Amino acid sequence: MINPFALLQEQLTALGFIPAPLVVVAVIVAKILVIVLPLMGGVAYLTLAERKVIGYIQVRLGPNRVGPKGLLQPIADALKLLTKEMVVPSGASRFLFIIAPILALGPALAAWAVIPFHSEVVLADINAGLLYLLALTSLGVYGIIVAGWSSNSKYAFLGAMRSAAQIVSYEIAMGFALVGVLVAAGSLNLGDIVAAQRGGLGPLSWFWVPLFPLFIIYFISGVAETNRAPFDVSEGESEIVAGFHVEYAGMGFALFFLAEYANMILISALTSVMFLGGWLSPIPGIPDGIHWFLAKTSFFLFLFLWFRATFPRYRYDQIMRLGWKIFLPITIVWIVVVAAMVVWKLPPWFAA
Amino acid sequence: MSAVADYFKSLTLWELVKGLKLTGTYLFDRKITVQYPEEKTPMSPRFRGLHALRRYPNGEERCIACKLCEAVCPALAITIESEPRDDGTRRTTKYEIDLTKCIFCGFCEESCPVDSIVETRHFEYHGEKRGDLLMTKEKLLANAERFEAQIAADRATEARYR
Repeated sequence: MINPFALLQEQLTALGFIPAPLVVVAVIVAKILVIVLPLMGGVAYLTLAERKVIGYIQVRLGPNRVGPKGLLQPIADALKLLTKEMVVPSGASRFLFIIAPILALGPALAAWAVIPFHSEVVLADINAGLLYLLALTSLGVYGIIVAGWSSNSKYAFLGAMRSAAQIVSYEIAMGFALVGVLVAAGSLNLGDIVAAQRGGLGPLSWFWVPLFPLFIIYFISGVAETNRAPFDVSEGESEIVAGFHVEYAGMGFALFFLAEYANMILISALTSVMFLGGWLSPIPGIPDGIHWFLAKTSFFLFLFLWFRATFPRYRYDQIMRLGWKIFLPITIVWIVVVAAMVVWKLPPWFAA
Repeated sequence: MSAVADYFKSLTLWELVKGLKLTGTYLFDRKITVQYPEEKTPMSPRFRGLHALRRYPNGEERCIACKLCEAVCPALAITIESEPRDDGTRRTTKYEIDLTKCIFCGFCEESCPVDSIVETRHFEYHGEKRGDLLMTKEKLLANAERFEAQIAADRATEARYR
């Protein structure tokens, strides 16, 4: 396969007048754009998919007026938000208020650097990929806390407090679930984690079978991490209006929106990489490919929407109970089980 | 013992899966949305929309200025002035319904002894400047002319219930 980026680098160097370091930067920027632009498109159309799916589940049609079948709706929404005024409340901490949405969106995008789309297709093939992900997904909460605090509003502050407690709690269960994956794969590199899931049983040799409790807990914690229903207490529109982003309008609000949906896509992608074998083909004989990765990610995204249309919001104390008293013990127990499976080389997953 | 069983049942997320199954079936249900300007819901012959002041087939106004509608109107939306005509019959010189006050209760229609003031099925109207929604006698008579076929048909089907 020809590497288009190597080709780009060659061409840019051949031009002659661009200094070598700049060529490297240009190639990296091109790589980032190749990931971020489709991601932004995905976010836009995820909002449409969400409204359509929830509409269908509620026996409605969902948006269908803007463009054929409503396909231009996300563009109309984006234009509307872009043209709106961004109001900074007079009591707000101006600098933090403006930087908070960027803090929320930044980590959600940066995490994509280590996601392997195919065996060689990854922006940064670093050995501590899992660690990098844990660090970056935890950073996302700062955007929310800073937004809630700097707004100088009761509702925003309450939302931020709830969000902080919730994300810190679920981060632990999530981290432990990832420790299970790490033990099973024996590597922190996401590409190696996918490769470790290759086996003769097709879909059954992926990690979701031996790590089933961790798989479920990781995804549910992921839903909680992204503050999505039924864990959306930090937004809680029926309790605290809109929670942490109650004071935001226009572009600031749009950035929070982007961050939330980018995080959803990220969690879905991570779940499919770590438990459903990323780009591995589920059917023997059909070649692996990025389309499998995208299909698995879309499946988890659909689950996000399905959950939102089905479950009522958890009460705050129930969320804490679930995180600390159910998920945490189960993950710890299952890490021991996984360790035992690895040590005794339980076939078919850990035979090699 | 059952508490333990309940605990393990909750670990299987059974109740949640049941909920997901229910909403999942609705995902494929027939959608009930009515796409309004293109599609419309069926309408009752007793629908209470825009008012009309009817005439007899020979062109004579039905209204005899008894002012029962004005008296019964709970929103005080109707204003009537009358005087005897040359032939000795009493007729209105002014019959106005302020649609911004009207609550579309249909009492005027019910109280009318000669089926003069009626509410039509027409509800897609609007006013663009002050006074557009003040229905004068001329406008009400014009409404009746416009919708007379429908009005008469509705009165005919509903006659046996009245």
